[in-house]
Amino acid sequence: MSFATSLLCRECGNQSELAPLNACDFCFGPMEVTYDYDVLGGLVTRARIESGPKSIWRYIDLLPVDGESIVDLGVGFTPLVRADNLARRLGMRELWIKNDTLNPTWSFKDRVVAVASSRARQFGFDTLACASTGNLANSVAAHAARAGMRAVVFIPHDLEAGKIIGSAIYRPTIVSVNGSYDDVNRLCSELADNRRWAFVNINMRPYYAEGSRTLGFEVVEQLGWKAPQQCVVPMASGALFVKIHKGITELADLGLIDASLVKMIGAQAEGCSPISTAWAAGTTTIRPVKPNTVAKSLAIGNPADGFYALKTMEETGGAGVTATDEEIVDAIRLLAESEGIFAETAGGVTIAGLLNSLDQGLLDPDQSTVAFITGGGLKTIEAVQGKLLEPIAVEANVTSFENAFAAAGVG
Amino acid sequence: MVMITKRVRLTFEGEAVKEPVIYKMGHEFQVVTNIRMADVEHGFGWVMLEVDGEADEVERCLSWVEGLGVRIDPVAGDVVEG
Repeated sequence: MSFATSLLCRECGNQSELAPLNACDFCFGPMEVTYDYDVLGGLVTRARIESGPKSIWRYIDLLPVDGESIVDLGVGFTPLVRADNLARRLGMRELWIKNDTLNPTWSFKDRVVAVASSRARQFGFDTLACASTGNLANSVAAHAARAGMRAVVFIPHDLEAGKIIGSAIYRPTIVSVNGSYDDVNRLCSELADNRRWAFVNINMRPYYAEGSRTLGFEVVEQLGWKAPQQCVVPMASGALFVKIHKGITELADLGLIDASLVKMIGAQAEGCSPISTAWAAGTTTIRPVKPNTVAKSLAIGNPADGFYALKTMEETGGAGVTATDEEIVDAIRLLAESEGIFAETAGGVTIAGLLNSLDQGLLDPDQSTVAFITGGGLKTIEAVQGKLLEPIAVEANVTSFENAFAAAGVG
Repeated sequence: MVMITKRVRLTFEGEAVKEPVIYKMGHEFQVVTNIRMADVEHGFGWVMLEVDGEADEVERCLSWVEGLGVRIDPVAGDVVEG
């Protein structure tokens, strides 16, 4: 059974029953799931979690889903890899990479969609929907297929066909909207009110967001029930950043680990950095921007959780940083060449953010640090095309090979 | 005639902050507006607004608002390309 008790508005404190809800009925602020922590404190132990499956569902007590409803694609419990090669290059003592490229649809979105789709099933929905072309759509379509639910994915009309293969393969209904991304999102908001469909990041958003806490839970468990001292997280809406920190602090509140301060660094692409810009300006007012960056999966111009991300930075002694598109691409290559992990552009933002944070003295190189890689590189190969080593051309004989190999200076 | 209620976040920057936009919405269009949350500071402001009316009229009204350079986002959801 789920220990979720209600929805609470983060702005005005208005409480609602657990229902598919876009926003607070009173002030339109964001709603958040609350739990019966009194019961959880006595129930959840390290042993209980460790006895669970090697997926996010080992933390089911802390998620707003009943066990009978889960849609299980085997999401989560991805590797936490000690990145000694990269650490050496950067002069760091202890660096870890949380590798969420290894989720079923190759991004961390599987975590949030797993929770949203499971709760949607519990509410009796038969259709999952979203406005997205990338990671979110891929995951929604895959989870719907697994759950035997219908999936409806909304895209702008001028999107390249290749960009939707990662979703189309699961056979969702794809709706091509004659408009921009703004128009697509507005249409979906209206349909969420008119249709009994579970729009994973609209009327299911409070539940969807809870899935991100599992990244915090896993990192703590995988470090041997210890919080890292520093985290670097890419930011789009800011929700992931806030929820990872919340996941870590919840485990301390439940007595599973000692309480400690975890410095949270949020990284954004310079071409879409409303949160980091507000941080640098010393203000909590987030000014929306028009995204212009190669990091498309982070291209949210008006981040819904921006204010809360800024609060988390302040409370943890953290910061918001940015990276140029060039730095992002270089960082993708650096991570691949040093640790064998091929990240999408959001992962490049994380690693570039890590480098820039070290340069700016925002991170202590001697403290344990986790960098979160949220999606796999094959999803954004266009970002690195033309920037990699070309093949060495040889004739089909040893002499030609030896000459060409020596000329290329590769030994 | 379909009556709808739209919940939107309006963001004002620069000169748009000085314009009595919400007042004009109610006077020049057949819509009812209700402010749920707002913040205005020098040169920047946002309003969480409920807009009630006949569907086409609400759309006409919001198109007019956008034409003034005011950004309109739905209350829930994120605009994301990737």
